[in-house]
Parts: sequence; C-alpha cells; structure tokens
Amino acid sequence: MKRIAIMDSDGSNHRYLTGGKATVTMPRFSPRGDRLVYTGTLAHKPRVFVIDIASGRERLLVPGGVITFAPRFSPDGRRIVFSMARGGNTDIYVVDADGGTPRQLTSAPGADTSPSYSPDGSRIVFESDRSGTQQLYMMDAGGGGQRRISFGGGRYASPVWSPRGNLIAFTRIAGSFNIGVMDPSGGGVRILSDGWQDEGPSWAPNGQFVMFHRTAKNSGATALYAVNINGGAPRRMPTPQDGSDPSWSPLQN
Amino acid sequence: MRKTVTLGMAAIALTIAGCARKQAAPEVAPPVEQAPPGEAAAPGDVELVELPAAQADLVAKAGSDTVYFGTDKYDLDEATRATLAAQARWLIANPNVRASIEGHCDERGTREYNMALGERRANAARDFLLSQGVPAARLLVTSWGKERPVAPGSNEEAWAQNRRAVTVLVR
Repeated sequence: MKRIAIMDSDGSNHRYLTGGKATVTMPRFSPRGDRLVYTGTLAHKPRVFVIDIASGRERLLVPGGVITFAPRFSPDGRRIVFSMARGGNTDIYVVDADGGTPRQLTSAPGADTSPSYSPDGSRIVFESDRSGTQQLYMMDAGGGGQRRISFGGGRYASPVWSPRGNLIAFTRIAGSFNIGVMDPSGGGVRILSDGWQDEGPSWAPNGQFVMFHRTAKNSGATALYAVNINGGAPRRMPTPQDGSDPSWSPLQN
Repeated sequence: MRKTVTLGMAAIALTIAGCARKQAAPEVAPPVEQAPPGEAAAPGDVELVELPAAQADLVAKAGSDTVYFGTDKYDLDEATRATLAAQARWLIANPNVRASIEGHCDERGTREYNMALGERRANAARDFLLSQGVPAARLLVTSWGKERPVAPGSNEEAWAQNRRAVTVLVR
C-alpha cells in the first residue's frame, strides 16, 4: 500500500494527502504547486487523478473505465499529458486539466509512456519500446516530428526535462537502474547514481539537484535520494516511512 | 546562492509497511453490496466486488487462476494456453460472473513501463479467453505493474512468480 504525502524538501512537516484505500504512485506537482496529478486505482485499474492540495478534493481525469497512468502537467498548467493502455498497446494522450476529450499524440505499436514537457511547452520527451527496447524520444507538443534521441548502451526510461530546459534526467537500465542526465539532443550522457534500482527522477526547482528513489535489492525497501548534477554521492532524504516517486514542487513563498 | 535555502516541497509516495496484498481470496466475505456510484460515474468507474467462493471454485476446477510469462515477454506458451482454456471452460459454465484479467510484472522494469507491460500480459490472456468463446463483455483487463509482487526477493525464482496474469472473478 502506498499513500501520497507532502513534506518540506528537508523532510519536515510531512502530511498525507490520500487515504489508504488504493495504491498510489507517480504524484507530480502542477506548475503553481496548488494541485497534483497522480496514478491511483479505481475498479482494479490504474487511473490518473487530479487533486487540489488545499481542499483535498480529487477527481478522475478520464472517466470511462480506461487504464491511465504516468501523468504530468504542461508548463502553463492548462493541460495534462499521460499514457493510456488498451488492447495491448500504450500511447500518449493530452487532455485539458479541467477535463474533456483526450487527444492522442502517439500511435506507434508498443509502450509509449513517461511524457514530460519542455519548460517552454513546445516539445515532449517520452520513452518508447517501438525500436524493441525502451529508448527516449522527442516530439512536438502536438505529436509531430517523433524521433529517437537515446543511442547509448542499455535501455532508457522515465525522462524529465530540467527547469532551464538544458538537460533531461532519466533512468538507465543496464542490469541495475541508474539516474543520469543528457542534453535534449541525446548527447552528453552522464550517469549520476549507482544503486541496485534507482528510478523516477525529479528536478529541484533550481536545476542543481535531481531527486529519485532507490529500491534495495531483495528487501524491496525504498528511500529518497538527491544527487548534485555536477557529481558527488547521492544523499539520502529523510522520510517517516519508505518513500518513492518524489516530485519536487516549484518554489514556494 | 545560499546553500541553506529551502527548495520547496516534495510530494512522494510513502509505503505503508506490511500491506502486501495477496490476490488469493480474502478470508472474510465481501460486502453484500457496494454503495451506488455517483451520478457522474461512467461504465468501468465503479469498484469491483471480488467473489472468494467462486474464485476458489475456479482454482479447483481449472487448476489455477494464474498464468506466467518470460522476462519482458507477453506471449502464451503451451502450458499457459492449457490453463487459460480450462479457465475459459469454467467461465462459460458460470455465466453470472465477470473476470478481471490482471497483469503483473517483476521488479526489473521501471514503474511506468511495467504498467504497460502488465496490460500487454493481461490483454494477451484476455484475447485467448475470447478465442475460447468467453464473451468480451465479461472480460476486463488491467495492470498492476510491479506494485503487487507475490514473491519477495531479487532472484530468478521470485521474478518468475511475479511475471503473471491472474483471472480475478468479480461482479
């Protein structure tokens, strides 16, 4: 069972946002920090929910019994990009944050997921196994111009664009999972962590740190870590229980 | 830049210890009836009610409610097809229940990818049940990704048990 909690970035003042009725993963802040999107469960299916942090009110993003997951807001907060799986195929869709009919952005056979907007909202980086293994791809925000950008060894997953737009953090799978960064062109790959399973990168608002979660071998215990993108050992972030799927909020006043 | 500046808040998923949920039938009977859905609920947006007694009968008659897959695979081998064929016979003989076909993955995929892979596995099992004559309206497909492993540990034996699709009877 997992629940969503919010805490200060030093680990203090944590509080729960969701109850214990369903497993929840992949919470991500809105650009203004007033809402979250996350993947919860309804009728045994993973489903994207939007929750207002102040009131706790939440709503299903796409009604109708479909499997939806891996949501993120657009930089202006007006749209939510996410994955929908059906018929053995997972594609990326976008929908108004207030609801409406989703628009399909990818249609290649395979698992297209983990979409993340560029800070100017013009492009989306995502992962796809359309080539046979998970790799990173880029497309225009409307779905055009899809092209692969990762060509190193191993598989690449869960990309997320840096606040300044100059880097993309990702999970590289080569036996173990490691966190790394690359240029949006796919060059300049640097691996920043060396755990058994490090995944789910999230940028600090200043673009200097990437937070992620590390799963321990055998026990499955998870913990949050932050690493400086210029190097150095990842530092563990305190949480009251096992923590995973971090999302660093925009700066608060 | 000051190094002590607070960088804002983080939202995280906190794991509540000891709540690994088994797919096996619970020991208590399910609630008789769920609360009616809100007016806005669309088809498929209503919580499912599991059926422990029927589930036990499916396991007894079909041999298993679970089929297994290779690493990062979702194709059905001979043994898997035989198990699913037996499940299909049970479903055809028991027309009053639906089945939620639920795909799961081992830990060696990322969270998002495993959601997609679990759906592929469940969909492959569903397609075979359809081919055996189970009506489409009675078959639901879902994925738990790597969220509900049945076997702990980071070894091939555990991974093999976790790469599965479970036929969960519901109404």
